[in-house]
Amino acid sequence: MTAVEDPIMSTAIGTPMKRREDPKLLAGEGKYVDDIHVVGQLWMGMVRSPLAHARITSIDTSAAEAAEGVHSVLTGPQLQEMGLWIAPLPCAWPVTEDMVNPPHYPAAIDEVHHVGEIVAVVLADSRYGAADAAEQVIVDYEPLDAVASIAAARDGSATAHSEHETNKAFHWPLVPDPDALDAAFANATHTVKADFVQQRLIPAAMEPRGVLAVPSPMGGDVTVYSATQVPHILKVMIAATTGIPESKIRVVAPAVGGGFGAKLNINPDEILAVTLANRLGRAVRWTESRSEAAFSTHQGRGQLQTIELAADADGKLQGVRVHVDADMGAYMMLITPGVPLLGSFLYTGVYDVPAFGFTCDGYFTNLTPTDAYRGAGRPEASYAIERAMDILAAQIGIGPDEIRRRNYLGGGEYFENLEVPSTLVFDSGHYGPNLDRALELADYDGLRAEQARRRAAGESKQLGIGMVTYVEICGLAPSRALGGLSYGAGGWEHATVRLLPTGKAEVVSGSTPHGQGHETTWSQIVADKLGIPPEDVTVLHSDTAISPLGLDTYGSRSLAVGGVAIAAACDKVVEKAKQIAAHQMEASADDLEFAGGMFSVSGSPDQAMPIQAIAFGAFTAHDLPDGMEPNLQEQVTFDPTNFVFPFGTHVCAVEIDEDTGAVELLSYVAVDDCGNQINPMIVEGQLHGGIVQGVAQALFEEACYDEDGNLTNPSMMDYLVPSAADVPSMVTDYTVTPSTSNPLGVKGAGEAGTISSAAAVMNAVVDALSPFGVVDMDMPATPQRVWRTINEAKGGQA
Amino acid sequence: MEVSVTVNGERRSADVEPRTLLVHFLRETLGLTGTNVGCDTSSCGACTIHVNGESAKSCTMFAVQADGAEITTIEGLASENGELHPMQEAFMECHGLQCGYCTPGMVMAATSLVAENPGGLDEAGVREGLEGNLCRCTGYHNIVKAVLSVGGAA
Repeated sequence: MTAVEDPIMSTAIGTPMKRREDPKLLAGEGKYVDDIHVVGQLWMGMVRSPLAHARITSIDTSAAEAAEGVHSVLTGPQLQEMGLWIAPLPCAWPVTEDMVNPPHYPAAIDEVHHVGEIVAVVLADSRYGAADAAEQVIVDYEPLDAVASIAAARDGSATAHSEHETNKAFHWPLVPDPDALDAAFANATHTVKADFVQQRLIPAAMEPRGVLAVPSPMGGDVTVYSATQVPHILKVMIAATTGIPESKIRVVAPAVGGGFGAKLNINPDEILAVTLANRLGRAVRWTESRSEAAFSTHQGRGQLQTIELAADADGKLQGVRVHVDADMGAYMMLITPGVPLLGSFLYTGVYDVPAFGFTCDGYFTNLTPTDAYRGAGRPEASYAIERAMDILAAQIGIGPDEIRRRNYLGGGEYFENLEVPSTLVFDSGHYGPNLDRALELADYDGLRAEQARRRAAGESKQLGIGMVTYVEICGLAPSRALGGLSYGAGGWEHATVRLLPTGKAEVVSGSTPHGQGHETTWSQIVADKLGIPPEDVTVLHSDTAISPLGLDTYGSRSLAVGGVAIAAACDKVVEKAKQIAAHQMEASADDLEFAGGMFSVSGSPDQAMPIQAIAFGAFTAHDLPDGMEPNLQEQVTFDPTNFVFPFGTHVCAVEIDEDTGAVELLSYVAVDDCGNQINPMIVEGQLHGGIVQGVAQALFEEACYDEDGNLTNPSMMDYLVPSAADVPSMVTDYTVTPSTSNPLGVKGAGEAGTISSAAAVMNAVVDALSPFGVVDMDMPATPQRVWRTINEAKGGQA
Repeated sequence: MEVSVTVNGERRSADVEPRTLLVHFLRETLGLTGTNVGCDTSSCGACTIHVNGESAKSCTMFAVQADGAEITTIEGLASENGELHPMQEAFMECHGLQCGYCTPGMVMAATSLVAENPGGLDEAGVREGLEGNLCRCTGYHNIVKAVLSVGGAA
């Protein structure tokens, strides 16, 4: 992985190339949705429910309608009567045939089901005017009992939707061999049963969501600018929801300021903007405020987990049994019910477990809907198994490193294409050396010695050490596998590669960036494959008019699916070019070699043609083989045959002030393995960010609701997204175990940090508190919660 | 109300509602969209600019409060011949940005922080100094590295 000076001969893949995206973003030239304005545009202002569950009894729009600059005010029933849509907002993942899926319209019609649900829309000629007018709409409600937690949903004395008799949405089992599982527990020497809370989280991408719909009344088409991760899926779903022909919809995701899953939905505001723009013949725009985002954008996590481990006398796992109660929130959004399923396969982690069973119940509550948030189901799974392994280790009296070594798949040695009890086939793994490297970098023995010293000296600043070996499932996904899970789409990705007459390359990518650096990474792949300088590669993306086919960016899939499609399209370009070269050099294609962008005849090095010359020849088409189409352009739709399974070991140390409960993260070491890397700088950056998002769940963040379903911390004043002052610098390193799922040998890296770090930090927190007899505590480990935990454990007043 | 400011060396005037936030004045009246809005509580710092040489969150000021002020936004940081400012260069060199949304505010806050600490900063100083600017992509690791590469203590 070293950079070579000569760009023609260089191996771009594997080099930490600086990002081509950066100069314009650094200069403030990035055009996000809120930066794009159209003359004559109307601003939408949303009237939102202040109650979690209520019947709307009346809406008085007269004052708002009379306000200066207001174009119109439309209530939910009025919008419904206008016939703007033909179907409710979509849920693409009906996880069971009998899943309950109450209709979710862009605005409530008679009953509201969460705080912040839209009840009316104001259209005005300015941002401030729309906000003012929304304030002037008077809505009367008849309050109904709210279901404000999973516990209340299970209890069922109130239902989140009045027409329902229960809050349960579905029951989903994955228990391949129930008898084997029962036997494992019956014969176990050691068992662990632990309950964990995955608190609700607000994704908080730094760019709020926004949409601008620009209609063409006479042309009948509409252009939609949206802060979305999924322009292609949005296009299909707008068509399915509104009845506007798909061919009349163009979706553009301009610069997008982070997503983390929160921008992969089909949202009420998007459907409202598109349909109202079309109906009114004027551009319609909306950008959420940060405080509004807590209601207008889905949240993440929201699960209660029970995990049971069965182990023999040596701590070797014999069985893992898991049940999850998952909070859907008020409605099923695009993949709400599928999120816990994405984790279901990973509750045995990196371990060799003969018997496994997972069940999940989904529940409706009167809270903001949940859906994918960085890791989507997998951080939850990783947390449960990795916390439980520490509990098992403590019970047996061995170290957390030892319990892991004893249970690694393949005994910690290299393996490939290994079937695990959850029915998946792990592509490749090599966990032992990965753990060794992490322990070495963390100075694990030194940390343990310091911990012992502090404890012996009776110091009040406790040191805790936590570790995690995670595996994740990403690169979503083999279409057949998704079909088997009742997911409503495939998992392929599309790429087009063309070599222009001047020898420059254009790549059309179906996966779309929102900070990941696709343009840089894709240019590295193409440069290597075609033997041209990376700066000669232009990457086109994020506009369905330019890139009509794609399945977008989520689930750490861009490289493992989209990047592989690009590499394969390059191979096809080279193959066609070779036929042309052979024809023009009057040689057999079999005798041609291709290296460094040059075709040469074996044994006759003076007979050679650069691929750029062939591109020009393919353009002029003056001298092509008989029957060959002009131009050098190829496309590939790649559908992987398996997922990819990145893994790694993270080790961290925390210091807890016994007197105040304050937790400080002292050090964090991450040794990840995402297979071959295209740009190690970008990989490392994504891991840094992912790790801090998991640390945030462990130590800082929680969407807090009162018993009436009011979110008590919707703004950034009181929802604690960590700052630079809250976290340390990290130490990162890698092992490289190429994937067997794709020809590039790549895995994913976008979610790995988040999948591992919450458990690593909480293992450290509990380790620090273990002298007081603490075996578990809930996230986030705020000073108050830690202080109470210590005092309860000491038998004092909490 | 009439507001006149000097933005990135250029005199600009406009008639605005008294309640217009400075950030909206810059973005929507003057068309300088490089400065971003990330929250509504002055928590995230995406809107950080320089007012009379000091960093300020432009969502916490009314445009009228800036009347007569010298303002620098991210668009004014690079040199006239198109060379990035050393802090911008450092962010690129150290991979201190991913989605780029917090970046203009982060860079403006960082240049101000470095200017306020001519004796040089250590890591803790950078982290505390940037506490008012949130980033969701980078985990801050490479931002801190970038700022130290420009303004770290020798």
